[in-house]
Amino acid sequence: MTHPTWPKLDPYLDGELTAAEMQEVDRHLRECPACAAECLRRVQWKRAVKEAGTRYAASPELKARVHKVISGRASSRRAWRWWPSLAVATALLVLIAAGLFFAQQSARRVRNDQIVAELADLHVATLASNSPVDVVSTDRHTVKPWFEGKIPFSFNLPELQGTPFELIGGRVSYLEQSPGAELIYRVRKHQISAFIFQDRAVPAGFMHETSMDARSFHLETWEKGGLRYFVIGDTTPEDLRALSKLLKKA
Amino acid sequence: MVVLLFQTARFAIYSRKCFFGGAWNTVGARWFTLVCVSEERSGSFEELAVPLLDRLYNFAHWLTRNRDEAEDLVQETFAKALKGFGSFAPGTNFRAWMFRILKNTFLTSRTGLKASQVPLDETGEDAALPVESETPETILIDRSNQRLMQEAIEELPAAHREVLLLCEVEEMSYEEIATALSVPIGTVMSRLARARSNLRRGVESKLKKTP
Repeated sequence: MTHPTWPKLDPYLDGELTAAEMQEVDRHLRECPACAAECLRRVQWKRAVKEAGTRYAASPELKARVHKVISGRASSRRAWRWWPSLAVATALLVLIAAGLFFAQQSARRVRNDQIVAELADLHVATLASNSPVDVVSTDRHTVKPWFEGKIPFSFNLPELQGTPFELIGGRVSYLEQSPGAELIYRVRKHQISAFIFQDRAVPAGFMHETSMDARSFHLETWEKGGLRYFVIGDTTPEDLRALSKLLKKA
Repeated sequence: MVVLLFQTARFAIYSRKCFFGGAWNTVGARWFTLVCVSEERSGSFEELAVPLLDRLYNFAHWLTRNRDEAEDLVQETFAKALKGFGSFAPGTNFRAWMFRILKNTFLTSRTGLKASQVPLDETGEDAALPVESETPETILIDRSNQRLMQEAIEELPAAHREVLLLCEVEEMSYEEIATALSVPIGTVMSRLARARSNLRRGVESKLKKTP
């Protein structure tokens, strides 16, 4: 025996009917014992399926595995959240450091340029002077003692025999308010100035050993035994290097 | 986040009202309640997902019919859900969302691929299939018949088994089931009716075999 209400019984028990339909089924169930019995049977059936279907429970191992998944992920998430701000902070620091570095570099370059310009000026002033040298002598043994007491250090001069260079003389010069020796050499009618100052007169960071061009002059510089040497002239770089080599060996 | 913004907007409206009305305290209390409710509703992934672990595992075991596979499936489901938690819209059904991830993960597994290849006869639109009056109404009171019922559930086609379990065990609404299984609600209803009648037939035949 079937009733027209029966197809609606399952949705009724699942709570999926509209309010009006629910009321309709309710009313019919109160009036019809056969449908009420069928409804009860289905309720029991539903309960039986639920009991039979609730069969497996997660093992402690699985629970631990899942917790590991969640906590492992959660910590990496936290790291994720920190990561962008950390990256930005790092990038800013790098930028600041780079900015400082370049600022320092350019300041140093300006400073270096100033020193090179000053040396070029000294060299030109010596060339233009009526008395370019205070001690006129081709003999290094005359020139070197002349500086005694005039500058706060001593230095050696090379033997020039067999070289194209000729010592003309020397004079006291100043770099950054620090006294030093200026030696004038000649090679094939070109004059070369060799400056010797205490290294501490030169600002820190000045290139240790280099050659460069400044206003069509060539410059060689190096440091030796606490003294800073500059060789500047308008002759070829090869000449300057040769003279530098002699001075270094002295 | 969106909820919080929304609440802030609501608060702005409230505070304007209160400046004219002068009922600051009431509004403040209301705001507090709003915040609390919004936080309670969203919750962390752990708070929402961990209570579902046993249910998900039960469902996974029914799907895979294998303990190791079911455990792997659940673990993968949690990992995927956690990864995709950002895309979960708060206020929508979290349980259906989790079951959906589990179902989709299962479908990409070896067992799931095999199961999905079994053709399902769904041509007959017999959602209104009536239960035979000779249905044994007393058999299920007895606990010893639970085993028989479980066997009958196991023998159901996978598509019937899953819809039946979600309805009867998880007590999901048809809409939730539709979300979890990614099928239209009409399909849920017809499959459920077929699953129920199939299960009854299965139990009946088993009862006839056992003396």
